Amino acid sequence: MLNAFLLLIGAQLVGAGLQSAMHLPLPAPVIGLFLLAMALAIRPVWRSRGLEQVSGGLLHHMGLLFVPAGVGLIDHLDLVGAETLPLLGALVGSTLLSLVATALIVEWHGRIGIRLPGGPHAHPAR
Amino acid sequence: MLTLPAELGTNPLFWPGVTLAAYAIGAGIQHRLRGLALANPVLIAILLVGALLKATGTPYAAYFAGAQPIHLLLSPATVALAVPLVAALPLLRRSLFGVLLAMVVGAGLSVASGLLLVRVLGGSPSLALSMAPKGVTTPIAMALAQTLGGVPSVAASLAIAGGILVAVTARPILALCRVRDWRAHGLAAGTAGSGVGAAHAVRLHQTAGAFAGLAVGLNGLVTAVLIGPITRLCGF
Repeated sequence: MLNAFLLLIGAQLVGAGLQSAMHLPLPAPVIGLFLLAMALAIRPVWRSRGLEQVSGGLLHHMGLLFVPAGVGLIDHLDLVGAETLPLLGALVGSTLLSLVATALIVEWHGRIGIRLPGGPHAHPAR
Repeated sequence: MLTLPAELGTNPLFWPGVTLAAYAIGAGIQHRLRGLALANPVLIAILLVGALLKATGTPYAAYFAGAQPIHLLLSPATVALAVPLVAALPLLRRSLFGVLLAMVVGAGLSVASGLLLVRVLGGSPSLALSMAPKGVTTPIAMALAQTLGGVPSVAASLAIAGGILVAVTARPILALCRVRDWRAHGLAAGTAGSGVGAAHAVRLHQTAGAFAGLAVGLNGLVTAVLIGPITRLCGF
């Protein structure tokens, strides 16, 4: 567990170093994500039980970690009042368009390839 | 207006505790409603904490400073998305072309439709340029909005609001579109809804979570490259 946490923080710190040295357009944690993925693919022994547990715990409750930043929405409520229609219309329309287009391309491409057992059809959405 | 006892408001565990409690209440409500997507714990927690800040007259900056211990864990959690991603590598290899194509189309559509819809609906150019990068994870969205001439803090809020929208609507809408592949579900949630969308996908299914994490990372890269040309193409 201890080593696993160190690995996560280490990957991010190396990411931060690379970002400032090479002026990369990605934030340090995202660079850390790709670095750790490469490290784990090259050295499968690093995929320890501890790492599975720590990452599983963090990811299962990842939503909680967005709450402090998300509460910042209330500071922008005055803007919603001033430009309600363009703001809500564009946010909803554009987000859903992107969601559906991305999903359909993977889905159609996937039909040519392989099928996954236990897809969302196994748990009908309400 | 409520007044918080001074010793409570300055206790370093107070705002982390409030945030945790609000999220736990949200998760409890969703559980009671048998996983109803609309009862999203992030949305409920934001509303509860927001209401408490209003009721006690606490400025957001004071809350955000107090809630840092929780906010700081966001970085290692983002890095941790690498673990499901590596587990899904064999699946990714088989669908690499579809994944890359979907990423580029999804990211491009998010930018272009955001810009054009704001203009058509009569919004200001500043709002349009803050809307353009809303599909990428908040730190990138802020940086891109800054470069384009939008407002970074508005871009951050829009990115999170878009993520909540994805978390709330992805399952019913994708079911309606007959999307049955967890890779498609995860990649779409991460592309359209960035971090909050990925957090939603991770809880649904391991493969969905892996592809959502991949989408969050790749989308930042793809959007950073595409956003300038698309913005000029749309006449901004």
